[in-house]
Parts: sequence; C-alpha cells; structure tokens
Amino acid sequence: MNRQAGSARRPYVRPMTGWWRRDPFFVRYMVREVTAVIVALYAIVLMVGAIRLSQGEAAWNGWLEALRSPLSIVVHLVLLAGMIYHTVSWFEIMPKTMPMMFVGGKRIAATTITRVGLAVAALAALALFALAWGLRP
Amino acid sequence: MPEAAKTIEIEVLRYRPQQDSAPVLQSYLVPFTDDMSVLQGLQHIKDYVDGTLSFRWSCRMAICGSCGMMIDGKPKLACQTFLRDYFPHKLRVLALAHCPIEGDLVVAVDDIVAKLESIKPYIVAKEPRTLQQGEYLQTPAQLEQFEQFSSCINCMLCYAACPQYGLDSKFIGPGVLALLHRYNADSRDGARAERMQIVNAEEGVWSCTAVGYCSEVCPKHVDPANAVNQNKVNSAKDYFLRFVAPKGAAK
Amino acid sequence: MKRSNAPIFWGLFGAGGMLSALFGPMLVFITGIAVPLGLLLPRDLMNYPRMLAFAQNWAGKAFVFAVIALFAWHAAHRIFHSLHDIGIHSGTLAKLLCYGGALAITLVAAWSLLAIGF
Repeated sequence: MNRQAGSARRPYVRPMTGWWRRDPFFVRYMVREVTAVIVALYAIVLMVGAIRLSQGEAAWNGWLEALRSPLSIVVHLVLLAGMIYHTVSWFEIMPKTMPMMFVGGKRIAATTITRVGLAVAALAALALFALAWGLRP
Repeated sequence: MPEAAKTIEIEVLRYRPQQDSAPVLQSYLVPFTDDMSVLQGLQHIKDYVDGTLSFRWSCRMAICGSCGMMIDGKPKLACQTFLRDYFPHKLRVLALAHCPIEGDLVVAVDDIVAKLESIKPYIVAKEPRTLQQGEYLQTPAQLEQFEQFSSCINCMLCYAACPQYGLDSKFIGPGVLALLHRYNADSRDGARAERMQIVNAEEGVWSCTAVGYCSEVCPKHVDPANAVNQNKVNSAKDYFLRFVAPKGAAK
Repeated sequence: MKRSNAPIFWGLFGAGGMLSALFGPMLVFITGIAVPLGLLLPRDLMNYPRMLAFAQNWAGKAFVFAVIALFAWHAAHRIFHSLHDIGIHSGTLAKLLCYGGALAITLVAAWSLLAIGF
C-alpha cells in the first residue's frame, strides 16, 4: 500500500465485533440465519421419530406420548414460529437469485416474485393439510 | 422569506495518522438552512471552523461517488443527505465502514480499485468488427439486461454495507461483482468464460450470504445483491455442467 | 483463482430451504401440535400401523428421507456461515461439525427408514 519508504500513511482498521447489532437490517438478517437452528432441530425431531418407528410399536407409542407433553407442545410452537419466519424471509430474498424476468414485455418486480412464492407456500400448506385430512382413520 | 437561525451538532470521527493512535469523536456546531446537505455542513466546518477536517467530495449531485460516508450509522452520500432530516438531534458522521481510515472521513480505496481493475471491466468483442461494418446493434431488450448494472458510480456504499467484505476483505464484493455482471450480461461481450473464473472462486460470489443491504443503500439502484446472487446460479450451473458441456465452461 | 466447491453445499442448502419454506410450517403443525393434541386432526392419524404403512411405502419413505436429509443440509450450510458471521473462524473444525452433523443425521435417517422395511 505505501508507494515509498517513510510514507505518512497509517490506515486505521476498525474492528468488526458486534457488527450485526449496529443496524436493524443486520439484526433481521441474523434472525433469518438463526431459523436454520429451528430447521435443524425439527430434522432431528423427525430423525428420532424415524428411529423410534424402526424400533417397534412400544417405542413408537413412547414417542407419541413424548410429543403430547407440554414441553414438546411449547417447543413445537417455537419451531412453528421459526419455520414461518423462515418461509417469509426465504421468499423475501429469493428474487435476488433470479435473473430478470419479463411478462408481456414488462419486468417482473421482486415484490411480485415474493408474493407469488408466499402464495405457493400457503397452497402447499393447505395441500399438505388436505392430504393429512384425507388420510384420517 | 426570513429563516430563524438554526444550529445542528455534527459529531465527526477524526483521525490524524501523524498524531492520533486511534480515531476520536469531535463535535461541531453548524448553522444551517433547510436546503443544506451534510456535505455542505462539512464544508462549513472546513471553511469556517476547523480547516484540518478532511473529506472527499466533487460533484455535489450524487454522480461522482466521492462523498460516501457513514451518516448516523448508515452508508450514504453526504451530498444527497440533508441536515434538516436529523435536526434537532445530533448527527454523527464517520468514514465509510469496512475500509481502513486514511484520515478523518477519507478511506483507503486501494483494495476496491484493484478489484475493479481485475475483472476485465471492458467489452471484449464477441465478434470483432471493423469500423466499416458499423456499430454493434442491440435491441432494447438486450440493453435492458445490463443497463441497470452499468449505473454504478463506484461510491462504495455497498462495501460499507456488506458485512462479508468487512469480515474478510478477500471477498471481491458487491460493486465489483455487479460491474462484472454488467459485462457478462452485455450481448456484445465475449469474455464471460474468463470472468466466470472470478465468479466461481470462494472470493467471488461464494463469500456472499445474501444479506441484501448492499442493494438497500445503493444510491443508483444498481441492485448488486441481484448481480451477485443470480451468478450463484450461473456458477452452480458452471460447476455441475462443466463435464457435460466443456465447451462453454470455465476451467 | 481456485474454483470453490461451494455449489454442492449451496445446492443442498437451496433444496432444503425451498422444501422447508413450502412444507416446514404445516409439517411442524401437523406432527407436533395438531395430531398430539387432537386439534383439527385425530390423534390416531399418527398411530403405529398408519405410520408404519406410510414409512414402508416407497413414496412415503422417500418423502420422510428427503425432508430429514434436506432440512439437515440446509441448516448445516447456514449455521456454518453464521458461525463465520459471529466471529468463529475455525474453518475446518466448523465445517466438520456442521456438514458432519448433517451427514450423521442423513445416515441415521437412511438406516432407520431402511430398517423399517418395505
């Protein structure tokens, strides 16, 4: 960086500690990133379910009992909130990964892509619920 | 129309490399009118209060990209930010974030300039034409593919916004990658394969975590976040299809 | 400049992210709230015979495996990058823990789902 010996340049580098606390935009970004922990936790919950299912009826029924506990319900409410925030933040950022798209010569806005994505997510949720509803004993 | 004299306090992060071991905040009281920009406030300080205050500026109209700084914690162009919007509160002005401070509000731009030079920021003719053949023709649709990304004024607000650049300056960064995309998206250009080598590197698009703040702060609505993240798709295609279609893929 | 291998993990991150964005909330609601409480859906929707049949069916098995594995790889990639964001830069160890964790979850899920049979 110094072009000659004895240059008067002495640049000061500011530390990055606590950078994400300095602006609400960054805080929202970190909350979005933290939803990954929620997704991981639910994957582990399902994994344990798969293990219990493979261990037979008694093990599976024990697992169902655990799912009925107040602690499990509260945890799943937290997971649900986190999953919903993941869905919303996912479709918010998704337009950035897409090239320019045109319909009838007009550029499709990022907000349109987000809204369509959220609509598809709502339909997917309904479809899944309908599937479960249709499989009732 | 007579205006009552108003004064606003501007707190500036000073740094004089010859005498300061670390930057220090210094307050100034600046009389202002509603039409004054932060840049004009700084100019008042330099002209009438403290001639030692250093800052970059030129056009005063948000096109040269010189006066980028942190104004109340947000990357902004000082000529495009107005004192009236902060009054009666104090206004804190710091040098652009994530860049080393040379002195006061002046940052070292060596790294970013070197990166700009490294991406072949010019059209490498896809099909060379002689003067006799006339100019390249482009449809409005072809122009639209890259025009937005050509609006960059190199103000570096996006670098101040990008935490990944702040955490590791090896990252090529939003502005330079947007410029890279400007050329790749131009139908006249044929150097995509060479530029993809930069895109495909860890220091290329893969250091980006889609924070998106760069596009928020861009004064020219270039949308660098879009340039970088759509190239993640291009880079992934390049990665997976390179054995299937070696002709188009970069090494 | 050296080509990054990030596309592999980013691809998995994207697939898992899309799957969890579309189906995550309702899956959590059904499996963790509705069925256990008998709310809107009956409690024996997830009883042993029905769940066994679901997991023994090739489509059901594939769906459960895809959800567990892709959710895990999505989370691993994001958590790895978030560690870097909060100042934890030990690249190799962090990579091993995150992606290794996802691999472990994938293998355990595969093993269990195969053990359930067809």
